[in-house]
Amino acid sequence: MFEAIAFYLFAFLTIAMFYITVTTKHALYALTALAAGMIFISAFFFILGADFLGVVQIIVYTGAVMALYAFGMMFFDTTREVKEKQGNKAIIVGLSTLAAVLIVLIVSAPMISDNIVALYPAIDGVGNIQEIGLVLFTKYLIPFEVAAIMLLVAMVAGIVLAGKKMDISLTLMDAEEIKANEEKNKKVLS
Amino acid sequence: MMEIGLNHYLVLSTILFAIGLVGVMKRKNLLLLFFATEILLNAVNIAFAAISHYYGDLTGQMFAFFVIAIAASEVAVGLGLLIVWYKRHGNIDLDAMTSMKG
Repeated sequence: MFEAIAFYLFAFLTIAMFYITVTTKHALYALTALAAGMIFISAFFFILGADFLGVVQIIVYTGAVMALYAFGMMFFDTTREVKEKQGNKAIIVGLSTLAAVLIVLIVSAPMISDNIVALYPAIDGVGNIQEIGLVLFTKYLIPFEVAAIMLLVAMVAGIVLAGKKMDISLTLMDAEEIKANEEKNKKVLS
Repeated sequence: MMEIGLNHYLVLSTILFAIGLVGVMKRKNLLLLFFATEILLNAVNIAFAAISHYYGDLTGQMFAFFVIAIAASEVAVGLGLLIVWYKRHGNIDLDAMTSMKG
């Protein structure tokens, strides 16, 4: 009963938030709606008993990814309205619905034919986080380590790409210096 | 109606995935295209967690973790590239990125 109420409530909220994200003309509204949608999605994980996944969803997505987007957006001109593609709306909606149904069919095909066997069945008497630990550090240890290295590489790449010319501080320069610097940049970059 | 089953979650995941795909096809601004990609990844994560719950198998949750890790690194690298592009060209619209146009 309560599960059903929670499911429908959060389903409605998530769909509404993501709908705002893809339709709004302001990048800032899109960002906040997306962050709210991420929080609502973590509610599904808690309903499904995947507590650790729900916590990770809040920490990583809303805490790290959205904060990164928010900081990244300070570089861009976000007050300006976003231009949209002028395409055929019916084709867009039809194609995306078709693709989504296709993906669900692919995922659910083995379940409909009852072909799924639980490889790592849930263990009785321990919590979700303990189960996750047991499986993650035995069967999925190598992918876990590879993911750690991938995150390190991504961090270095992010610093290198975004951190160019970080030694120049615009607040410590006067107007002429900034202008001269901009001229120099234009020559180098174009 | 009152009993929430796996199908409910798969339908929800489909709806969210469709919204994300609409966003990918509709948007011109690269930052908002990234947002649409996040929606796609989240829709798939819901399906993974639901299947994992209803089949009593933890593999779905493991894959959801790796999806989250990949999304985090994608954002770091993608935003870095986007900032570099914006510094050079002053906008991040897809229409302006035609330097390889024949």
